[in-house]
Amino acid sequence: MSILVDRDTRLLVQGITGREGEFHALQMQAYGTRIVAGTSPGKGGQRALDGTVPIFDTVRDAVAASGADTSVIYVPAPGAPDAILEAVDAGVATIFCITEGIPALDMLKVVPIVEAAGARLIGPNCPGATSPGRAKVGIIPASIHREGRVGLVSRSGTLTYEVVQALTDAGLGQSTCVGIGGDPIHGLGFRDVLALFRDDPETEAIVLIGEIGGGEEEEAAAFAAEHMAGRPMVAFIAGRSAPEGKRMGHAGAIISGGMGTAMGKITALEAAGIRVAASPTQIPRLLLEAGVRAQ
Amino acid sequence: MKLQEFHARRLLRDAGLPVPPWSVAATAAEVREAAAGYLAAGATRVVIKAQVLVGGRGKAGGVKLATTAAEADAAGQALLGMDLKGITVRRVLVAPGADIVAEYYLGAVLDRSARRILLMGSAAGGVEIEEVARTDPAAIVRIPVHPHLGLLDHQARRMAFDLGLAAHLKATSAVARGLVSVLLASDADLVEVNPLAVVRDRAADGSVMLVLQCLDAKMSIDDSALYRHPELEALRDLDEEDPTDGQARAEGLNFIKLEGNIGCMVNGAGLAMTTMDLVKLAGGAPANFLDIGGGARSDKVAAAMRLILEDANVCAILVNIFGGITRGDEVARGLIEARAGQSREVPMIVRIVGTNAQEAAAILEAAAFETALSLDDAAAKAVAAAGRAVAAR
Repeated sequence: MSILVDRDTRLLVQGITGREGEFHALQMQAYGTRIVAGTSPGKGGQRALDGTVPIFDTVRDAVAASGADTSVIYVPAPGAPDAILEAVDAGVATIFCITEGIPALDMLKVVPIVEAAGARLIGPNCPGATSPGRAKVGIIPASIHREGRVGLVSRSGTLTYEVVQALTDAGLGQSTCVGIGGDPIHGLGFRDVLALFRDDPETEAIVLIGEIGGGEEEEAAAFAAEHMAGRPMVAFIAGRSAPEGKRMGHAGAIISGGMGTAMGKITALEAAGIRVAASPTQIPRLLLEAGVRAQ
Repeated sequence: MKLQEFHARRLLRDAGLPVPPWSVAATAAEVREAAAGYLAAGATRVVIKAQVLVGGRGKAGGVKLATTAAEADAAGQALLGMDLKGITVRRVLVAPGADIVAEYYLGAVLDRSARRILLMGSAAGGVEIEEVARTDPAAIVRIPVHPHLGLLDHQARRMAFDLGLAAHLKATSAVARGLVSVLLASDADLVEVNPLAVVRDRAADGSVMLVLQCLDAKMSIDDSALYRHPELEALRDLDEEDPTDGQARAEGLNFIKLEGNIGCMVNGAGLAMTTMDLVKLAGGAPANFLDIGGGARSDKVAAAMRLILEDANVCAILVNIFGGITRGDEVARGLIEARAGQSREVPMIVRIVGTNAQEAAAILEAAAFETALSLDDAAAKAVAAAGRAVAAR
């Protein structure tokens, strides 16, 4: 098993004719992800990805014709909040938003609507999710994965790739790798993804990649202490050397008023019995020490 | 992006908030002229405030009072050109001094970590709200604002009553609603008035009334939303930012200058922070945070290298690229291009993995770059190179 994306995922690509959308749709399809439809307003009736995927003008049409249950959004920031709401309106259950740079107020308005509709949003500003050997949704490079039983959840993009590569090199395959995104106002959080991993019998151990800013790592630590017994967890927190008051690239990565420091997060995680690596390369070792077997 | 006080004042005044008059002056003569005008119109004194984007201006000596035009002139001379927390004062704001009866704090803030808009108020005005939050958190009134509905009338009234401003119910409610409207309309993270003051206002006939006035204004705008607010982008104060900030923005690079001597070039914010952390763990000090973003091409890499080398402290450079959308060979070619055109020789340690890493390795080897396979190894090599460079100086 796996979480969020699997062999039976029926994927819709919003913005399939854009440069990013088309490039990544090809990669996802090559990985074996079932792409059942794309949208591009005004291009309905045409076909994308060498004629293999029908294009629709609206998400409603796409869902009605293809039975898509998951969508991935590659629409630029000014149109992305509307793209999320269009997917919600059409009844899509799981929505990945890859788009970076969406204004915070837009997400503040969008998130309650997504939640009220009972849909799941991952992102924005996230790399997506991959269940190795089954399906990938988003932009995570396919080559770094290996099938296995370690679940990974992260606020970052390339740092995630770094850690996944280290796991793969150590023979530690993954059940699912999920990037929840670097924006402060987003859909699924660490806690939500941990709950999904807990309910997945094939996820044996979990890696959590956090960074400075906000309080989600602390919430995840509290959740893990109570609900994740028997699942070894290893964490890494980026930004130990980051100065206060500077936004380190991600909109959410900022220490302000002494809150959101790496040390505060590390302390909270360790207090919950989670081992925290000092470097990404230590993560596989800590997992092996915790009894997780390489395959 | 932070706005200068005089820009924030104008946005609040345009939204109908009670902001008393002010002038902006860039020379002592302009300060004198503005002050003379306010004094002639009946003000007993004027306040002169340095316009810089740093907090705690008053404590740092950036705010002065004057009772005559000559005093105002002297204050202008003292403030203009002054170094305030590392920033040169180029402009001051001149305003009639208010006869303050009581001071309050009122602000609308986009609380990112709590993921909501908050209206915050405190009867301890004139003090930094962070200070109040630390020493007496119960003294802060917090009202969550619905992102679709804005501040509701009953919420605005509650703020007025909770602050003890029942005598100014309508005025306080209007200011509260105005702050939230400005936040929503301008995509601000923060719209703050501190102090919001009850002042004695003397009318022309000599009668005295107590009125509510916004005596300061502070705003910052969500950087991601500036694309739809060109009128606010135009208010960016280029004089106050490091020149490299503007260059980085123009090139689409995410750059933050730090104090150390090891320049870092990385793709992705999380990996860039991690690279800095590992440099520190290996005993070095990063000179910057630099995220070149996804899919960077060789010209962007060259621009990033120029930016790093502009910092005279930099004596070693660590390049760490995990190719996903970014192609390793593109970065390698960019590094060669950058090295050919760079102003000074600095040891460079390059680690490129992921997409097209093998092509990159061949290019780097042919060009005799020092490379590293793991991130830990790259950090250790960069710290060693910086140590040798410092010793040789």
